[in-house]
Amino acid sequence: MTISDLMFPPAFIMILGALLVPLVRSSIRPIVLVAIPALTLLMIWNLDDGVLLTARFLGYEIELVEASNVRRLFATIFASMCMIGGLFAFKHAKVAELSAAMAYAAGAVGVSFAGDLITLFLFWEFMALFSTVVVWCGGTEAARRAGIRYGVMHLIGGIILKIGIEGVAVETGSIQIAAMQLESFASWMILVGILINAAAPPVSAWLSDAYPEASPTGSVFLSAFTTKTAVLALWLLFPGQSVLIWIGLYMIFYGIIFALMENDMRRILAYSIVNQVGFMVVGVGIGTELALNGVAAHAFAHIIYKALLLMSAGAVMVQTGKRKCTDLGGLYRTMPVTAVCGIIGALAISAFPYTSGFISKSMISQGAAYGEMAFVWYCLVAASAGVFLHAGIKFPWFVFFQKDSGMRPKDPSWNMQAAMIIFAAACVIIGVFPHLLYRFLPFAVDYVPYTADHLVSQLQLLLFAGLAFFVTLPLMKRTMTISLDVDFFYRKLAPKLWRGFERLLVKLADLARVLILDPARHLPAWWMRFHGPEGPLARTWPTGSMLLWVSIILVVLLVGARIL
Amino acid sequence: MLTHLPVLVVLAPLLAAPVAALMRGAFAPWVVATLVSWFSFVCSLLLLAQVSDQGVIVYSMGGWEAPWGIEYRIDFANALLLVLITGLASIVMPYARLSVRHEIGDERSPMFYAAMLLLVLGLCGMTATGDAFNIFVFLEISSLATYTLLAMGKDRRALTSSFSYLVMGTIGGTFYLIGVGFLYVMTGTLNIADLAERLPALSDSATVRTGFAFIVTGICLKLALFPLHLWLPNAYTFAPSAVTALLGATATKVAVYILVRMVFTVFGVEFSFVTIPLSDVLVPLAIVGLLSASSVSIMQPNVKRMLAYSSVAQISYIILGIGMGTAMGLTAALLHVFNHGVMKAALFMALGAVSYRMGGTDLKHMNGLARTMPLTFWAFVIGGLSLIGVPLTVGFVSKWHLILAAMELGWWPVVVVILVGSILAVIYIGRVVEAGFFKEPEDSTRREAPAGLLIPLWILVIANIWLGIDTRLTVDIAEAAAAQLMAGGVVR
Repeated sequence: MTISDLMFPPAFIMILGALLVPLVRSSIRPIVLVAIPALTLLMIWNLDDGVLLTARFLGYEIELVEASNVRRLFATIFASMCMIGGLFAFKHAKVAELSAAMAYAAGAVGVSFAGDLITLFLFWEFMALFSTVVVWCGGTEAARRAGIRYGVMHLIGGIILKIGIEGVAVETGSIQIAAMQLESFASWMILVGILINAAAPPVSAWLSDAYPEASPTGSVFLSAFTTKTAVLALWLLFPGQSVLIWIGLYMIFYGIIFALMENDMRRILAYSIVNQVGFMVVGVGIGTELALNGVAAHAFAHIIYKALLLMSAGAVMVQTGKRKCTDLGGLYRTMPVTAVCGIIGALAISAFPYTSGFISKSMISQGAAYGEMAFVWYCLVAASAGVFLHAGIKFPWFVFFQKDSGMRPKDPSWNMQAAMIIFAAACVIIGVFPHLLYRFLPFAVDYVPYTADHLVSQLQLLLFAGLAFFVTLPLMKRTMTISLDVDFFYRKLAPKLWRGFERLLVKLADLARVLILDPARHLPAWWMRFHGPEGPLARTWPTGSMLLWVSIILVVLLVGARIL
Repeated sequence: MLTHLPVLVVLAPLLAAPVAALMRGAFAPWVVATLVSWFSFVCSLLLLAQVSDQGVIVYSMGGWEAPWGIEYRIDFANALLLVLITGLASIVMPYARLSVRHEIGDERSPMFYAAMLLLVLGLCGMTATGDAFNIFVFLEISSLATYTLLAMGKDRRALTSSFSYLVMGTIGGTFYLIGVGFLYVMTGTLNIADLAERLPALSDSATVRTGFAFIVTGICLKLALFPLHLWLPNAYTFAPSAVTALLGATATKVAVYILVRMVFTVFGVEFSFVTIPLSDVLVPLAIVGLLSASSVSIMQPNVKRMLAYSSVAQISYIILGIGMGTAMGLTAALLHVFNHGVMKAALFMALGAVSYRMGGTDLKHMNGLARTMPLTFWAFVIGGLSLIGVPLTVGFVSKWHLILAAMELGWWPVVVVILVGSILAVIYIGRVVEAGFFKEPEDSTRREAPAGLLIPLWILVIANIWLGIDTRLTVDIAEAAAAQLMAGGVVR
């Protein structure tokens, strides 16, 4: 049975669920957390293609639900993520976090089916609001501050997106979601607004700033929705815009470099989200059917293995209370389930054969190869090695093996184990039977991942990257200090050139400070002195002063009329 | 009875006010005031339905035709305003019972409810009437009621703030009257429809221009256009909670309506925006007012005063829309008149509940509110989100249209100003939310406000969300009203 006449969008089920979560007794809560996304999934999979539900809003006919292959695929993974995440989290997370996370996921599902820009924007802001609450539920002072920074960043992103949408509405009179050209100011604003959510440069830092400060369960939810809805929006609105290739490449290498320098295990994984989303952004920029298929497949696979990695990191945090690589190590003996699942996630993110990453990421790089973009292809291949270094080996090695940290924590509670096992199994199943995923991709797939050539080259790549890791292990270990970036990266790459460049930058920065920043810094203080509680603009003025203003305005109106 | 609706809206509070004043105790006058507000509200809704069915309604008072008698003339613009005034009165009156007992005491309650009814009467009368002098009469009725109500605040500074508003408000009223006098001299009529017909021929006359200047200045004082807002912060801060909620949401809005009526209907777009450079006066003042008042809000230690300054900022948005002089701008302005009423009343009512339990509205009283008074706190948060303009609240709807209007004109700097205003709102609302959410309360026992305050408050909060999602009522009517007003003159 399919539904062609809807009463409400699928997201509403989850919004209702989010309201229900704090109301039900704690014994029933896990059932709600699993059943609501399951219901949503059921509805998602019974939607016909095309526009299914419209409403009148702001004088426009908005399309609340428009279904298509790619939208359904993204909605599916968002709802599944909400379900398994709920299973993982329900014992440890605060009720507020569970409720906010479900509302957040509802926003993501809503964006997936948004048929026009206004609906997209509504759910977009909905996500921003509740993801901020999820960050806040970390409960620490650091989480509070990070949440405020995160909220402000998304507020600005939302404003930019809104301006773009209104601009497009004024210019073209249409608010349809369709591939658009970057020819007007407004369409650029839309692109920038979306890219901010995708953690694109120069604002990539909001992600690695906020996600690791959330609770161990919260960061699992956060990893899935915001960046991937941005990828979907790019997929729908800007396929084949070559500027995205360069932005994506920057993100890929930004993620790798910073993850290699990082010591906090969840920050490593956060940087690797930027890196992985970079792959997707590149794929959208390439814009061929193969690459776009690859983006959809990779987003699907990525949400699963990244959540899996963050679950294993979260499990470690819950059991040990530690989050730094230097404090951890040797946990594989006492936390075997967590370790195995973490390793499967790590293999998947490194695109190891017979894991989900292998069959999805290679579609994007093949897209570059067929599109005759040699440079992009080299970069992607080099980046694959980099991914293996920072996420594939570094995370499991320092957390589960390496030295013995002396801690003997047990595996986490049954629900956490179950959630991890489900996602680990999904990684392997998709990797072994790729057609399971391929048949749901937006375009017909004639891509075969398991060729001898591909297998051998990928294994070689991973082997050498692994070798490089253990050869440079002493360097890697110094991750407790920040000096790594200077030692390892810059000094070996044309040191003199770099230093000259650096000096130039410092000079320019000095100049900018003297000319712009220093005067600008006093501006707010000056402005606020006038507006502070005792400032002239906030004071109670004598009644007579108002008379002065009245006469001034009267005169302006009288004289103004005379002059014209 | 349906043909008498325009006058019933006004007549009901007029008759009920002396009745309430003569009663004893607090309960009976409260019942009278509440029932009458509800009655007026129903009448307003029926009127709005009639207007959308039949078009403009003309009602001749006492059967005397227009040039001799006074006529009431209801179109989309004032029907919407009537719904706003009586609707908010219907919510604030039930809320007032506990709040007034706490802040004013039973003894003076009859006087309080009588004054509230007179306020509603004055505001409805100004809105409904089609006669320029009649507007002045109702303006004075509502102003006198306001002075009385302001003076009832328990802080002793309420008296001085009321007195200073009395002086300033009288100046505003007088300016309006002088302006109307000029027009009467030139045209020989006080009826708005007749004025609109005769004025275009006289647009070169200096007397008409002087009349215009006096009327606009006088009204701008009443609607608290920056820098004529100096009466507003103290008046709102020291008034009783229920009064602030009703006054902040409706009184300045009715003045805005009078400005719109005068500028668009009586003088016409041509005269107001081409002959007289009204845009050049209103838009800069609105921009400066918007930024300045929002900045003052950020630093205010008292949350009620903060919201008062925020009202000045929000009125600047409305004036900005009017100053654009386009149908889109006018739509945005009318929308914000309605929407700001709904959100500001909710915020002031939430503050009233805080003051009821915590004994004050300073920022320190907000500490830990999420735990001690969760329902009140979340009502405030939703109202605040609406003020900021977050999607799915009413605030989003009006800001959306305002930005659209600015873009249509290509006024990009104005778009930036509107957005900066939103960010400033995030900061001042964020301060309160932060205190409520993260700071430790002195006494963390849970003491939620009583249901008598919470139910009206939450009805309004839900209206904030409902009208933010279902925009058919507000947007379609505001567009229709703007179209009527832009057509100039009077639709016969």
